[in-house]
Formats: sequence, C-alpha cells, structure tokens
Amino acid sequence: MNGPHDLGGQHGLGLVAPERDEPIFHAEWEKRALGITLSCGAFGAWTIDESRHARENLPPATYLSASYYEVWTRALERLLERHGFVSEAERATGRMQEKGAEPKRVLTAEMVPAVLARGGPCDRPLDAPAAFSVGERVRTRNFNPETHTRLPRYARAKRGTIEAVQGTYVFPDDNAHGKGENPQWVYTVVFDALEIWGEGADPSLTVSIDAWESYLERA
Amino acid sequence: MQHDDDHHHDHDHDHEHDNRFSEMQARVRALETVLTQKGLIDPAAIDAIVETYETKIGPRNGVRVVAKAWTEPDFAEWLKRDATAAIASLGYTGRQGEHMRAVFNTSDTHNLIVCTLCSCYPWTVLGLPPVWYKAPPYRARAVIDPRGVLAEFGVTLPETMKIRVWDSTAELRYLVIPERPDGTEDLDAAQLADLVTRDAMIGTGLARLPEMAR
Repeated sequence: MNGPHDLGGQHGLGLVAPERDEPIFHAEWEKRALGITLSCGAFGAWTIDESRHARENLPPATYLSASYYEVWTRALERLLERHGFVSEAERATGRMQEKGAEPKRVLTAEMVPAVLARGGPCDRPLDAPAAFSVGERVRTRNFNPETHTRLPRYARAKRGTIEAVQGTYVFPDDNAHGKGENPQWVYTVVFDALEIWGEGADPSLTVSIDAWESYLERA
Repeated sequence: MQHDDDHHHDHDHDHEHDNRFSEMQARVRALETVLTQKGLIDPAAIDAIVETYETKIGPRNGVRVVAKAWTEPDFAEWLKRDATAAIASLGYTGRQGEHMRAVFNTSDTHNLIVCTLCSCYPWTVLGLPPVWYKAPPYRARAVIDPRGVLAEFGVTLPETMKIRVWDSTAELRYLVIPERPDGTEDLDAAQLADLVTRDAMIGTGLARLPEMAR
C-alpha cells in the first residue's frame, strides 16, 4: 500500500537528529511495549507480515508523529482486536470482560532465551530455479496495490542490475493477508541514483533493495 | 526574533512530547493489565525480554564480529560468504538476525544501511535500533541524500568515495564492516574493539582512530 511508512525520498521531515549516548529505552512504557509486542507475536495468531501491514495502516498523521514504540502499540491493539484477544472496550476500561480467543502458545519467562535465540527464519525451500542471475539487467514492476508490499514507491518501474541471488523466502505480499507463504526467490537489485532520482542525483550513489522475483521483469 | 520563535516552538514540542508519553504509558498499562488478566502474557517474560536487550544483546556483539574480521582473514572471508553462519559461530543468533549479510567498506566504497519501509535492523549484533534509525527523517533521506545525513553525524566523505545504500526491504539484515584505521597494526582484537562504534556498523560513522579511543 502507498502508506505513510513508505518514506524513501520524502522531503520536509526534518533533521535526523542523532542523540548522543541515547538510552536503550526513553520511558518505562517503551520497555513494556517491546515485551508485550514480542509476547503477543508468540501467540502464533498472525505473521510478521500482517503486523507490518497493521503498522502501515495507521492513519498517516498518527504514524508520522508517533515514536516507533507508539506505532507498534497502536498496531498491536488492532491485531489483538482483529484476532479476538482484546476488545476496544477492554482496552478502554483496563478490565477483562470475556475470555476471548485462545493463543497457540503463551510466552513464559523460561521460554524467552530459546525463543529469542531461535527467532523466526523465513527462508523456505522452493523447487523452481531462480529466473534471474547475477549481472542481469532487470526492471522493477510498476504497481500500486492497496495491500501489503515490500517494493518501495521510489524503486518502482526502475532499471537495475541483479547483484546477488539471496535464496528463497516467504512472500510478504501474500502472507500479510493470510494467502499463504508462497515462497519466491529474492534478489539484491542495485540502481544508480540517477535512475531513481533523475536530475541532480548524487553521481557517486547507488541504492539497492532486496526484491522478490515477482517484483521484477527482464529489462 | 528568530531565536524566540525557535524557543517557543521547542517548548511546545516538549510539552506535546510529554503528553504523548503519558498517554502511551496509560495505553500500554491498560493493555498489559488486560492481557495479564486473561493469562495471555507473563509479565516476567516481558522483564526477561527487556533484560536481554539491556544487558545481553547489543552493539558489543557486532564489535566482536568486526574486530575478528579485522584480525582473522579467514573469518572475514567466511563473513563475506556466509555471514549468518560466521556470526552464529560467536553465539549470536535469532530474532532479527536470522538471515545476515556483512558488507565491507573499502577505500573506494562506503556502505550505509537503512530500512525505508519500517525499522529492520540486525538485532543480534547491534541490539535494538536507536530512535533516529526508526524515525521518518533518516528513513526518508538516507536513500536520496546520504551525504547530507552523514554530515549530521559529523562524517564527511571524499567526493570520489562511492556510497552504497542498502535498503532492508526483505528479511536480510545488514552489518557494515568498517575499514580498519591506519596505524592499528600493533593492536590486538580487544584494543581494536574500542575503535568500533555502533554507528560505524550502520554506516553513519567510521571506525575511530586509536588516538580518539584513548
């Protein structure tokens, strides 16, 4: 979707403002937000792709003015409601009203080290051979789906070169919407800045994305 | 006059920031309370997650990877070939580091990592991302004006230096291996580790010179 999250190349957002010796967390609630988000992810009720899509679906004004833990929390509220775990009324009152959906698992403290050390690999086996090879010229497709995609707007309909064939991975555009993992080959595609930004582009700059095979056509 | 306007603006901004934080504190507390009542979360698990990223997983992991790459050519080769396995050999595996790639700065190319679409970041080697990495200005500008971004970090590269920006659009997570500074031939891995900053491993910084680390 062409949402507020797709930020590459936007102007007017201000300075980066790196913070000297910044703390790991800026408030206690950020710690809880991190832990709650990861704990609820362990339910097995939604995928990382669905949660990313929930975040990019926040109202643009909210998204752009929120800290990232706020983005996570607001998106989590929606996921918990959508999947029947916590209703809006329960959030508003801070009180359980009904039991709600059953998770596949509840993350306990004992499980945390192993769960974090395992992570969630998303490479998947695929029989089909890679359609593109290193050095090949490709063009990214031009599309504007209202659904989830990981092809940023700035890199659509652009000519680039396959720099690496990275393996086969879950296809987020489908997986975010419960349409299955449908793995595809992923490639690192590198573009000259001039191809992306045109006039005035930094001639010393190249930019790469990691692109699923269906984002690409032979150039 | 300009100064006064700026001052008022900052003041309003701080005020708004405080309100926003207290609202979020209430929202998060309500959520944690309901989830706990339902038996869906274990507050001790949250403590364990927080403790992990406060004390066990952070940039020092990546620092060890870089120092080893600088001192052991075989390890550097392994990193280039299969960063996930090479990094796992040091015990760094898991969430947001499942599929690692190491990119090496050279005398003619500087690498910079960004995630324009969200906040993808190599947690296993760098810990949780800093606020600026997840915020709109960096995500917007890194791909179009990396030299302007680098200037904000106090980094000026020669005009002839090529810049390569890696947008983390898939599940690959990138670690920059900065160039080893000149004049460090006599330093061991522990001394070299003092030269490696988190920003150098994102590409918004360079490795420090030995005289800066002392």
